[in-house]
Amino acid sequence: MHGRPRKPLKPEDAAASAAKAEKLRVLQSQFLHNHHNHIYSKEAVELSTKLLETNPELYTAWNYRKLAVQHKLTENDSDPDSLKSILDEELRVVESALRQNFKSYGAWHHRKWILSKGHSSIDNELRLLDKFQKADSRNFHAWNYRRFVAASMNRSEEDELKYTEDMICNNFSNYSAWHNRSLLLSNLLKRKVEGFVSKEKVLPDEYEFVHQAIFTDPDDQSGWFYHLWLLDQTVRVDSPQLVSSWPTPGSDLILLGDRCLDGCASSPFTRFHLDSRTFPLVLYFNQAVEGVNSSTITVDSELNTNKDLVWKPLSSCNSKAAQVWVTQLNLPDGNTHSSKVFPVEVSLGHSQGIISSSGFHYSNPFCFAFRVSLQFVETQPVEALGKEIISWRDESFHNYNAHSQDSSPISSLYQLSIKNDNELTDFEWRAATIAKEIDHFRELLSLINCKIGKLTLARLLMAHDAMMCPPANKISHSEEVLELYNDLMRLDPTHVQYYKDQHSLVLLQQVTSNWESLLSRCFHYSNSPSNRGSPMCLQLKNLSLSRLGSFDKLLWVQMLDLSHNELRSIEGLEALQLLSCLNLSNNILGSFTALEPIRQLKSLRALNISYNEIGAHSIDTTKYLCSSPLSHSVGSEWNHGQTVIDDDIKSYWEAYFILKGLNLTQFDIVGNAIVNEKFKSFLIKVLPGLKWLDGEQLH
Amino acid sequence: MGELAADKHVKYIISVEKKKDSFESVVMEHLRLNGAYWGLTTLDILGKLDAVDEEDVISWILKCQDESGGFAGNIGHDPHVLYTLSAVQVLALFDKVDILDADKVSNYIVGLQNEDGSFSGDIWGEVDTRFSYIAICCLSILQRLDKINVDKAVEYIVSCKNLDGGFGCTPGGESHSGQIFCCVGALAIAGALHHVDKDLLGWWLCERQVKSGGLNGRPEKLPDVGLLLLVGSFKLDHD
Repeated sequence: MHGRPRKPLKPEDAAASAAKAEKLRVLQSQFLHNHHNHIYSKEAVELSTKLLETNPELYTAWNYRKLAVQHKLTENDSDPDSLKSILDEELRVVESALRQNFKSYGAWHHRKWILSKGHSSIDNELRLLDKFQKADSRNFHAWNYRRFVAASMNRSEEDELKYTEDMICNNFSNYSAWHNRSLLLSNLLKRKVEGFVSKEKVLPDEYEFVHQAIFTDPDDQSGWFYHLWLLDQTVRVDSPQLVSSWPTPGSDLILLGDRCLDGCASSPFTRFHLDSRTFPLVLYFNQAVEGVNSSTITVDSELNTNKDLVWKPLSSCNSKAAQVWVTQLNLPDGNTHSSKVFPVEVSLGHSQGIISSSGFHYSNPFCFAFRVSLQFVETQPVEALGKEIISWRDESFHNYNAHSQDSSPISSLYQLSIKNDNELTDFEWRAATIAKEIDHFRELLSLINCKIGKLTLARLLMAHDAMMCPPANKISHSEEVLELYNDLMRLDPTHVQYYKDQHSLVLLQQVTSNWESLLSRCFHYSNSPSNRGSPMCLQLKNLSLSRLGSFDKLLWVQMLDLSHNELRSIEGLEALQLLSCLNLSNNILGSFTALEPIRQLKSLRALNISYNEIGAHSIDTTKYLCSSPLSHSVGSEWNHGQTVIDDDIKSYWEAYFILKGLNLTQFDIVGNAIVNEKFKSFLIKVLPGLKWLDGEQLH
Repeated sequence: MGELAADKHVKYIISVEKKKDSFESVVMEHLRLNGAYWGLTTLDILGKLDAVDEEDVISWILKCQDESGGFAGNIGHDPHVLYTLSAVQVLALFDKVDILDADKVSNYIVGLQNEDGSFSGDIWGEVDTRFSYIAICCLSILQRLDKINVDKAVEYIVSCKNLDGGFGCTPGGESHSGQIFCCVGALAIAGALHHVDKDLLGWWLCERQVKSGGLNGRPEKLPDVGLLLLVGSFKLDHD
């Protein structure tokens, strides 16, 4: 029982209890005897009734009763009256048992089993439910049973909707009723039942309804969660859309195989180093999709035969769905003339197949193109960046002075996709609704200081900005939202980590929202003599970031400094397929499993994870988020015949798993608890191409 | 901060184990195997598993096994997955899982998977995501997870995901911390955690902590010690 202390029994009570116990034991033994010997006489069945009415948790007795019913039915199979009375008796016993404990799984299930024999009427069941739901409107057994009855007896969803309305009007704080309402509305909208054809007609009333609850008692959670669901329904775009790509549409890329000689006049944002014979083509969708392959995406160029292209989903575990997909395009063999330009055309949506996890198809035929030219100094690919050690110190970086020919490397495909009339009116309604909600909540917050109110306003403002992308009048609410999250961190310290994460996401959105802002964080790396060929480094350090986001705006980044933040995870970083130098030092990464996205960064050559917390924690909280021998998803990877599972791999399996496929030339790991001589020699074994470990050159 | 009164806890558990004739004990006789799991795990955490007679416990557990391969809550009762998991877990505590015929126990569980991927608790057909967790957890301990259709099992669990990020006992069932523990646990073992909306669910779970410091199971309900374990362990899973 909740909240009641236990007290030891007084001696006279203890004796009475022992006597009661003995009596009960005799009855239970008798019952088990009947059960094992298939005795279904009237007395035997009554014994089980007696037991269940006082102890409905005696699950074996419910099983016995079902057998008894089956037995009786085979005996009197042609008499409908007899059938009715048998089943009626069962229903009576269930009701009686439920009065003893209306949360008994066994009792509710027995009733369902009886109903499956085709007995009882919907009115009877609803009446029973009414009784129970009046006694406890949150009883989830009753609500589940109600859904079962409504479905199996064809009660209309509209009637059920009305019922939730009554329950809510009776008591705003009925989360179960709000939950059921959201479920019913989802179904009605999905099936486009008459009166529920468009969200535009249905949702405004729902908003008004939930406002009553929220404004009456802002501290009660029920209304707020329903509001969150309404917001999701208003803002969510069901169909998959292409958000971003690399190379960007219309870009002119220069791919380099070695340091560029002085003749390089082009923008560093269109020059990319390669040390392999392929370069990636990355597609970034607004949600996880499946079915991206050479039949659903056509890449037309001299560099590859489309049907030979293999598209990979960038996701952890063995999920077939991902938001980001990548394929590799070839560079031609042999000595190429430096000025030859290869146009590449990418088209999708021409054939069905790309589908989201909720079953919506990508249906927007879209085509974009870019041009690639190659500059090789030698014919073989050379590890451009592996020639010298990268230093992450401030002295190595210089502000980049923008040149006029620099165009933004951020693509926004949103601009390029054509909207039809339907989508435009739809958009207008959504935007208007969000704007109205923003006004409402600003008003509420002017009256009271309510944490969920602030959180909701923050979410509304971000939703508004997301819908207006690209920003129509360059009005962005980021500053206001960041203020709100700062407020929330003070107002609600128990959830500070969540607010910090959201704050980080908004900050990154702000930083990547326009070209000028990004440019101010781009630094030219110039530690080497012929510096014009070195890539741009995007510096996002010292921003108190605890979470990463906005990857769709960062697909072009080759060198990234995320040091001196508060990162525990780098989820989503796998999208940055061009990354060759990554600095994660001075964060709070707690284990190698938190670095899983790195496994997908095949171009990574220099990695700095120094001064983190790897090896400092006895419990690895990201263990199950990562594919591993402990999880079911991994099969063949760990059973490769070539790998000898030696003691080192057993001790350091996380490090082995994350690092083994990588071609790192430079690795910094000092300042982590796991580091000692044994670990360092293990690293050298796992990373055969490593040239520098913690600043020291290896031989 | 005070210290845990470990000895008192051990004494209490042993007393409950011995007191088979009290009214509470008789009335809950049918779920003694569950009680054994909770009590013995506690003893193990406190480093006092040797306070019970291992042979006694194990021989009693084996008497609870039915010819179908499943285990009942106590001797003479009907088999059910609830007690089958407890049996396997207790044997694992004593590091004696190998005395079982793993195939026999697995076959019992495999036979309870339905076409939609869900699991019934026993032959009478009650379906609940708790049973999905039980099946996956139990088979994982027995190293027989490949005997069921894991993809379908995951599919069913995902179909029980709600709009607030939580999970219910059946599709459409309200989110409840207990069910969430089971569903997230099952997805973790099956390597399918990417189906969980970590932000949404994390937020919902954080909201379970009430002013007294305890944790409730659903919005606007009273805090409960049992749920402290479930919600707390989930957060550990997820950071």
